[in-house]
Amino acid sequence: MIRGRPRIWPVVIFFLVALSLEVAPLPDTAAPWRPPWMALAVVYWSIRQPGRYGVGIAWLTGLLLDVLKGAVLGQHALALATAAYITVKLCQRLRVFPIWQQSVAICLIIAVYGFLLYWINGMTGQQPGGLLPLAPIASALLIWPPMRWITDHYVAPAVGN
Amino acid sequence: MFTRGPSLGMRLFLLGIFSILLMYFDHQRGHLQTVREALSVAVYPIRVVVDLPARALVWGGDSLSTRSRLLDENERLRREGLETRVRLQRLEALEAENGRLRALLESTPRLPDRLLVAEILSVDLDPFSHRLVIDKGSRDEVYVGQAMLDAHGIVGQVTRVEPLSAEAILISDPNHATPVEVNRNGLRSIALGTGDSGTLNLPFLPNNADVRPGDLLISSGLGGAFPSGYPVARVTNVERRPGEPFAAVSAEPTGALNREREVLLVWNQMPAPDVPEADDREADHPAEDRTEAESVAGTGELAAEAEDGE
Repeated sequence: MIRGRPRIWPVVIFFLVALSLEVAPLPDTAAPWRPPWMALAVVYWSIRQPGRYGVGIAWLTGLLLDVLKGAVLGQHALALATAAYITVKLCQRLRVFPIWQQSVAICLIIAVYGFLLYWINGMTGQQPGGLLPLAPIASALLIWPPMRWITDHYVAPAVGN
Repeated sequence: MFTRGPSLGMRLFLLGIFSILLMYFDHQRGHLQTVREALSVAVYPIRVVVDLPARALVWGGDSLSTRSRLLDENERLRREGLETRVRLQRLEALEAENGRLRALLESTPRLPDRLLVAEILSVDLDPFSHRLVIDKGSRDEVYVGQAMLDAHGIVGQVTRVEPLSAEAILISDPNHATPVEVNRNGLRSIALGTGDSGTLNLPFLPNNADVRPGDLLISSGLGGAFPSGYPVARVTNVERRPGEPFAAVSAEPTGALNREREVLLVWNQMPAPDVPEADDREADHPAEDRTEAESVAGTGELAAEAEDGE
């Protein structure tokens, strides 16, 4: 089914919003629980259009995120590329999962992403210790179903699969 | 469907190797400043957009405040201005006297510091470190290691400079150490950040050190990062522990960390001995906060030894 080129603008805007949300100010108590917006965005588009948004795009957006957050260059890039790789490999299965099962699977992908960031932080000597840095994995589990629903229905209903 | 060019696994492998090289050169060597600068200009609009709501809030608060509140504020500012000017009169006389005394002692005169007001962008970088972004960068001649003050004292220092913005670390960051001295008697020490913006630790003061709650800690100027003589913190608690070599001393920063929107950048024009060190820092700034903390911690040990010697 060929319906012309899928539109690109919804995706670009989606990624820009995700980038902004990654650094939007939050109250101190909520800040450690900030969902990993960029990782969720990469996973979402890797499921919907695995041929177009795969490892390469994930890596590039990760590099932007590194600069934006002042992290070591390559940290988020590597973690996002890995998350995209797993997602693209599993995308056929992820698509047919019921929503709760999909959330759990995506939570596991985000966990891989979170642990990579955690380890790289540890290696570059910036880790405060404790398990609170892994809190975003839990928020990803909660935020995925509403995020997917909103994006499916309102943000990009017909960009094609 | 997915395999145009190298296979997916191969792509991830190559990108992984590339990322690791990037991390190595960025963190260990600091060779990638130009890449980071170019990309930072690309993401600068995002920082500005993220900052917009906070800015709008401030603007809205300003434009919607009532006349009586403005009058009150005006009155308060006028009173403060008067008090400051009165104190400044005495300060000018003291400064002249200090200059004469220094000339008598044949020591280098203190030069006046150059100042620039920078605005803090409300951008969250990392919830576990006390870092922030300001809206002045290399375009305004900001440099790595530059001291950052607010109206009440030292707030932090610049760790990374980009063309339009700069990143700074607060003195309350666990990776930051500030060389201080007690204003009352000149006792030198190091104030370490704790990760809590209301507390600093002074772990290198011996049990018999002459320090009391309420003492003002000012920057000592050792280490070359901060200009000397600016307030840093006020001692809140001194616990002398007979079984331990050092007392547990904590202090509260005088500057409003994390609460103000504006900070002052100071061009520290200290003469000769600090200049090569500053150049070194600019040349290899990969882990600037850590080298900073290490170099500062080095002076801390020296200071502690000196105190032991006394």
